[in-house]
This record gives sequence, C-alpha cells and structure tokens, in this order.
Amino acid sequence: MTPHIRIQAEDFDAAAELTALRPGAGALASFIGLVRDDNGLTALTIEHYAAMTQKEIVRIAAEAASRWPLTGLTIIHRIGRLEPGAQIVLVAVAAAHRGEAFAACEFLMDYLKINAPFWKQEEFGAVTRWVEARSTDDDAAARWKK
Amino acid sequence: MRLLYFAGLRQKIGKSEETLDLPPRSVAELIAHLKTRGPGYVAAFADETRLRAAINQDYAALDAMIAPDDEVAFFPPVTGG
Repeated sequence: MTPHIRIQAEDFDAAAELTALRPGAGALASFIGLVRDDNGLTALTIEHYAAMTQKEIVRIAAEAASRWPLTGLTIIHRIGRLEPGAQIVLVAVAAAHRGEAFAACEFLMDYLKINAPFWKQEEFGAVTRWVEARSTDDDAAARWKK
Repeated sequence: MRLLYFAGLRQKIGKSEETLDLPPRSVAELIAHLKTRGPGYVAAFADETRLRAAINQDYAALDAMIAPDDEVAFFPPVTGG
C-alpha cells in the first residue's frame, strides 16, 4: 500500500480522491478541514517547512499503516493564502472494514495536527496574527498512545 | 550549521535563515548561544516550552547533538491540519 501524500497550493477534488481509493476497499473514511469564517477573517495563510512536511507526513502515514490494515491512504494539505470556506486538508483512508477506516482517519488527523510543520496566520483586514497551538490537540493525540 | 526559523520565531528574529560556523553542540547549547545575538533572539527563545527544534528534518530534543554540517530548524508549536 503506497500512501498518496501531496503538499500543494491548489485546491483538491475530494470526490475524485475517494474514488481513486475504491479498488480493493470495503470501507472509505475521510476528513476535510476548512477555513472557518470566524469573526471577520479575511484570509488564512499557511506556511510550512518544505523539506520536513513531506517526510513527517510520510512518517505519520507509515505509523497508521503499521497499526491498522489499510488498502489505501491519501493526505493532501494546502499551503499559501486561503479564503474563508476554502478546503485546507484532506485525509482519506481505505480499508476492508469501517473499524480500521474510521480509526486510522482520526489518528492521522490527530497526529498531523501536532506534528506536521505547518503554521497558520490569520488575516483580519490589515491585522495579522499567528494561530496558537492548542493543548486539546495534544490531548487528542495522546489518546492514541499505545 | 544552517539555521532555519519559521512563523512567529522568524518574525521576532527578523530573518528566515542563517549559516553559523560553530563546533558540535546540543540544541540547548545552541539556543543559549543564539540568545546572546540580540533582543530579537531573546524574544524568540524566551519560552522554551513553546519551542520546537528539528535537526535534518527530524524532531530533536534539547539534549540532541548538532554536527557542524547539520540543518537545524526552530519553530513554534505547529498549527496545520
């Protein structure tokens, strides 16, 4: 099983990505993260450590594949300036059964949130501020400790 | 060693990267040295609990050793996803 991992500025077609995961699968589970339209946000800019993000997401994907029997896995994370309502991230997992599909999908998002080197900067007109990491993300990831 | 700074850290230091000629040392020792380079660095490294480091694109603890040819990155806790 070769995970498909892409870091890109362009938008993605979630339906097409899920369709591509169908061969050999009995269950598909997915998550899409969107830019929330909060408090007059005008844009969200996502920065990343290019040399490390691919490597880190590959590592997270390999961890998921070692814990659950998966037939396929796709992770797409966008970078650059995104407007409210835009898609940010897709995690899609294919497996024989729903148990592992749901679990792996949630695990991948929880680990991506605390490990993948991206940083979000919110723009409210002329004002910009960095999003702060949340301890609830660490708590969510800690649930998966073996 | 090549040093990279991201997000809020980059803004406080005022540069995204620099190359320093230093002997091998731990991440903690490098941070202590960087704090002597100016107020931007002091502000950037003020709270070590809100700091992450990577050596050659792998997360590194404060006691990890850095070789002279390594790439070291410093950044705030990540906020992707």
